[in-house]
Amino acid sequence: MEEKFIEAPPQEEPTEPPIFPQNTFSHIRNKTRRRELYRQFKLDVAKSKKLEKLRKKKEKEELGDKAPPKQVPKTIESMRVFEETMVDPGDREVQHDEDHDEMAPYFKREVAPKVLITHSNRTVWRIRKFLRELRSTIPSSKVFRRKNIRLKRVIQQAISKDYTHVIVLHHDKTVPNGLIISQLPNGPTAHFRISNVRIRKEIKRCGLHTYHKPEVVLNNFGTRLGHRVGRLFATMFEQDPEFVGRQVVTFHNQRDYIFFRRHRYVFKKNMRVALQELGPRFTLKLRSLQKGTFDTKYGEYEFVHKRREMDNNRRKFFL
Amino acid sequence: MAIRHFCMDERANLLWVHCRPICTVIWGIIRNTFCSFKMNTRVRTEQFCRNEYNLTGLCSRKYCPLGNSRYATIREFNGVCYLYMKTIERAAFPNKLWERVKLSKNFEKALKQIDDNLIFWPSFYKYKCKQRLTKITQYLIRMRKIMMYGRRKIVPVSRKIEKREKNREAKAWKAAKLDNAIEKELLERLKKGTYGDVYNIPAVAFDNVLKAEETDDEDEDRAQLEYEGAEEQEEEEEEEEEVEGEIEYIADEDFQESDASDVEDMDRVLPQGKGGHDASDDDESSGEEETKTGKGKSVKGRPGNLREPEWRLSTRRRDRHRRNRGSQNHFDETVIAAGDDENGDP
Repeated sequence: MEEKFIEAPPQEEPTEPPIFPQNTFSHIRNKTRRRELYRQFKLDVAKSKKLEKLRKKKEKEELGDKAPPKQVPKTIESMRVFEETMVDPGDREVQHDEDHDEMAPYFKREVAPKVLITHSNRTVWRIRKFLRELRSTIPSSKVFRRKNIRLKRVIQQAISKDYTHVIVLHHDKTVPNGLIISQLPNGPTAHFRISNVRIRKEIKRCGLHTYHKPEVVLNNFGTRLGHRVGRLFATMFEQDPEFVGRQVVTFHNQRDYIFFRRHRYVFKKNMRVALQELGPRFTLKLRSLQKGTFDTKYGEYEFVHKRREMDNNRRKFFL
Repeated sequence: MAIRHFCMDERANLLWVHCRPICTVIWGIIRNTFCSFKMNTRVRTEQFCRNEYNLTGLCSRKYCPLGNSRYATIREFNGVCYLYMKTIERAAFPNKLWERVKLSKNFEKALKQIDDNLIFWPSFYKYKCKQRLTKITQYLIRMRKIMMYGRRKIVPVSRKIEKREKNREAKAWKAAKLDNAIEKELLERLKKGTYGDVYNIPAVAFDNVLKAEETDDEDEDRAQLEYEGAEEQEEEEEEEEEVEGEIEYIADEDFQESDASDVEDMDRVLPQGKGGHDASDDDESSGEEETKTGKGKSVKGRPGNLREPEWRLSTRRRDRHRRNRGSQNHFDETVIAAGDDENGDP
């Protein structure tokens, strides 16, 4: 009898179980081994990244124009919700409005700014120091210590004495928490929330200012509201800066937070700029913008920040 | 018990004595069983009476408005004080029980009014009424003062919101890259010529850099947010000196990140000063960026220099000390790497 050999079905090569890339080693109890594995894993990841980078570079060189475009990371700024009120620089209507609003006289040099700085409440040394530094930042300003005089009376008196702006700092003992900038006599009043206040003493490598009039830099004030707020800041400063002094005051708006900085700059050989920080530093966030001067009850508000409604979306900004 | 007709004379006291039993009964009930106006303190030293007509607010035989058929109080309504009186004759008419006299706003006149109305009453009524009137007047004055001067509004702070705001600010700061932004803005102003003749920058170096930048820009896409329109430039050229009000729109993508590798050797950036430095340079405040450590060299006499600004020398002791200590030159080392200057910030 023939031995029949029943052929075994063709044996498939034993497939290896799929190796999933491991990125947690917490199941390994042995510390030394675990550490080693993790370290190796990290090195591998870094290596693969490097290789990828090299590959892309090569590809770009080879293909030149046809290379796949560089991947741009998404930022919150790039994903910002479309704001209808975003100002187009060539917009005639906006230009016309700005030529005729309350702040136009300052830009036309018809009115020179004169700023009154006050506080509320009883003050502490740190607050007074901060106010003094603010005064040094803004030329033609004066610090006024009011004790319990109501703000409305202060404003009335300021108007009669030809002041053009009033700045009130709200604070809770040592910590400032609010800033009101009001333009007199009829001007808009902006109420900000102030945070991260640093006086000169608290800034590292802070320089000493001089009495030259600073330039003003206003960054990222894009919408109509932003324009208004930016111009309000600009009107506080004298319109003819002394470039000799090389001092610049910056209001930089990022995601509705306005960063105030004061620097002295110098242009270096390679068309670079070196900056030295002077003076105080703080951050503002607009709470409300009112049309008249400081009337909480009957005032007409242009903008009020409502937390419930406006803080929902991380990509929606108003300035 | 016979209740004789009450007449406004010294016999009033007799009448009261005559009616004592009624009061006693009422008081007995109030004291021993229950009175809805009674209020105990935890410590049990005092018992208070919540009846509006009570003269002192204490629950006791003397001051109980229910247990006394003759009683007087002062009450205040809308800033006006009234003297209320209760007498025995009207005990049968609860509707007309309390007689009310409006007191003058003048404190002294009011006191006199009390005296007149309670003329034959036991002295302690007069005394206590006057005391009560004083207290009321005092708090009315305080209320008016507060209304005039305004009260500081205490606002609750939501921890969640504060935390959120703080974190968002920190992220915004990181995204802002302030130093870069300011640097960019200043360079743009320089290019546009807003500084005029202040800086003598040799045209060659300038052009070279411009050319280099142009070639860079060709590769990059000009992002949408770049608003360097011709109209804007025209405006600025017209008003050359006016720097305020320029609102620049700076796109994220257009920032050229300054790496340390981009910068030339820092030694060569500021020239080692050769001669021509005045004594005044040494004395300048430490904020002066031209001075190197130890050697107060100026940058005069070299192309591409900055004209020295006029520094106002401070004579304060603190600054003299700082000067004498030797200028700490932090300017040289400020490589424009983002975040370098802003230590300690979130």
